[in-house]
Amino acid sequence: MATPATTVPANDSWLSRRPLIKQQLLLVVALAVIVGIFDVLNPGFLGTDNISSILQDSTETILLAFAETLVIITGGIDISVGATLGLSGIIGSIVLVALGQAGFGALPSLLVGTLAALAVGFVTGLCNALMITRARVTPFIATLAMLGIATGLTFVLTNGVDISGLAPQIATWGNHVFLGVLTLPIVVTAILGIGVGLFLHRARFGRWTFAIGSNARAARGAGIPVARHLTKIYVIAGLLSAVAGVLVFMRLGTGSPLEGANDELNAIAAVVIGGASLFGGTGTIIGTLLGALIIGTIVNGLIVAGIQPYWQTVIIGVIIAIAVMVQERGRARD
Amino acid sequence: MNLTAATNTDRKPAGETLLSLRNVTRSFGSVTALQDVTFDVRAGEVLGLVGDNGAGKSTIIKIISGMFPQTSGEVILEGKPRHWSAPQQALSAGIETVYQDVGLASTLSITANIFLGRELVKPGLLGRMGFLDNSAMTKVAREDTAKTGIRLPHLETTVGNLSGGQRQAITIARSMSWARKLLILDEPTNHLGVHEVEELLRLIRHVRDEGVAVILISHTLAHVMAITDRIIVMRLGQVVAEHSTRETTTSAVVNDIVGATEAEIARSVN
Repeated sequence: MATPATTVPANDSWLSRRPLIKQQLLLVVALAVIVGIFDVLNPGFLGTDNISSILQDSTETILLAFAETLVIITGGIDISVGATLGLSGIIGSIVLVALGQAGFGALPSLLVGTLAALAVGFVTGLCNALMITRARVTPFIATLAMLGIATGLTFVLTNGVDISGLAPQIATWGNHVFLGVLTLPIVVTAILGIGVGLFLHRARFGRWTFAIGSNARAARGAGIPVARHLTKIYVIAGLLSAVAGVLVFMRLGTGSPLEGANDELNAIAAVVIGGASLFGGTGTIIGTLLGALIIGTIVNGLIVAGIQPYWQTVIIGVIIAIAVMVQERGRARD
Repeated sequence: MNLTAATNTDRKPAGETLLSLRNVTRSFGSVTALQDVTFDVRAGEVLGLVGDNGAGKSTIIKIISGMFPQTSGEVILEGKPRHWSAPQQALSAGIETVYQDVGLASTLSITANIFLGRELVKPGLLGRMGFLDNSAMTKVAREDTAKTGIRLPHLETTVGNLSGGQRQAITIARSMSWARKLLILDEPTNHLGVHEVEELLRLIRHVRDEGVAVILISHTLAHVMAITDRIIVMRLGQVVAEHSTRETTTSAVVNDIVGATEAEIARSVN
C-alpha cells in the first residue's frame, strides 16, 4: 500500500516509454526495406500499378488478419477464417448466379449475394462461439472443426469446380481503379479497418477484449460478461471473413472453391508480425495492417521475381517462426 | 467510485443486519464444500472469517460475490433473498470482492483496471457506442485514490510492470472505491510488506467508518485480531464457532480452527 510511487525514470527516452509505437516504427522500416529490395531486383516494382495491385491482392489477408487480431487479443485463435472466406464466397456467388439467371440485375444480385455470404460468416462465427463458450472446447479445436466443416461444404456445393456465370459487371466493380491506386476492395477494407481499430482501441468493446485476453478470471470478477463478449468477437471474425469472401469473387469474377485455403496462415502471420502476443492481451490494428502489408509485398515480390509460387507458404511459415521468436526474446528481456 | 461521495443514502445504519446466510450448502458433484452455513454480517462491522485450508471460506465468498450460486439455503441481502449466478449481479448490489490470487488485467493500465467493467464513456452518441472517456477516468481515479491515501504509480502505467505489492494495492483500492455495502477481502495481506499491511488495516477501518461492512479472510490471526469486530470460525465446510474479538484471545480462536476431532476428520473423508 505504502509502495513508493515508481514513476518512469527520467532518463528513459520517449520511445522506450511507448513500446507499441516503437514496434510499429520497426515494422514500417521493415516494410520499407522489403519494398526497397524488391524495387532493386525488379525496377518498376514501386510503380502505382504495382502498388495498387499489392494493396488489392492484400485486402484478403488484411481483412482476415483484422478478424484474427480480435480473436488473438482475447487469447484465442481462429483457424477457420480462410475456410469461412471460401464457403461464404461460394454461397454468395451461387446466390448471385441464381438471381442473375432469374433475371435480376447485377447490383441487386450482388447485394443479396453479399447478404447470403454475411449470413454464412455469422453462422460459422456463432457456431465457433457456442463451441468455445458453452461446450468449453478450446478455440483451436473448435475452429479446426469449423475449418473442416466449412471447407468440406465448399467442395460439396461445388464438386470442386468454379462457380462461373457471374455478371461481368461484378469483376469490373471489383477491379476498377480510381484515384491512381484505389479500388472498391481497398476502400471497403480501409473503412472496416478504421471501424475495427476505433472500437478496439477507443471503446469499451476493445477494453473488454483486451481484459479477457489479459486475465479472463479478473474480467469475469469485474463483472464483464465474458461469454457474451467472446461470442461477439467470433461472430465479428466470421463476418469480416465473409466480407473478404465477397471481395475475392468480386476481384476474380468467379467463385473458386480453392479460395481461402491456407489463408489463416497468412492472417495469423500478419497478426504475429504486427506485435500481438498469442497469449492474448496485446495487439494493434495498425500493427496487423503493417504485418499484412509485409506479407502481401513479399508474396507479390516473389511472383514478380518469377519464383515458384509454392515457396510462398514456406517463406510465410519461416516469417511466423522468426516473428514469434523475436517477440519471445523481447518478453524475456522485460 | 464513491468511497467518500454522498451516495450512501441507501446504506443501513451501523449495527443493522446487512447480509444473512441461512443454511447455505454447496456441493461440487459428490463433494459437499459447505454445509448449513448460517451467519449474519452487520453494516459497519469488520467480520473475520477464519479456518484451515479447505474449511470453505473461499466457497462462501464466491457465493456471496456471485461467482457461483449456492446449492441450497438462502443468501439474504437487506431482507431480500438473492440467488446470484454472475458477479455482475453482486457488484450491482453493492458487493465488492478482492479475490485471492485472481489479480488484474496485466496488459492494461492502472486506470483501466480500476474502471474495468464500469468504464466511463463520452457524453452523447459516442458514449452510447461505448467510446471511452479516458481523461475523466484518470481524473476520478486520481482523486479517489488520493482520498483513500493509497499511493500508486503513474496511473497510465501498465499493471504488468508493477510489483506484487503494488498490484495488490490497486486491487484493494479499486474494490474500496466501488464498495457501497459490503467489501470482501480474501487474503488481502498476501504479497504485502509490513508497512503495506499497516496501511491496509488503516484503510479497512476507513471503509468501515463509512458504514460499509467488511468480510476479512486471513490466515494471519494477528491481523484478524487487530481489525475485526467479530470472528467466524469455519472447519470442514461448517461454521463451528463465533467470537467477539474484544472478548476472545488468539489461542481460543486457534483452538476452534484446529479443534477437529479424529472422529470429525474420519467422517469428512467418508
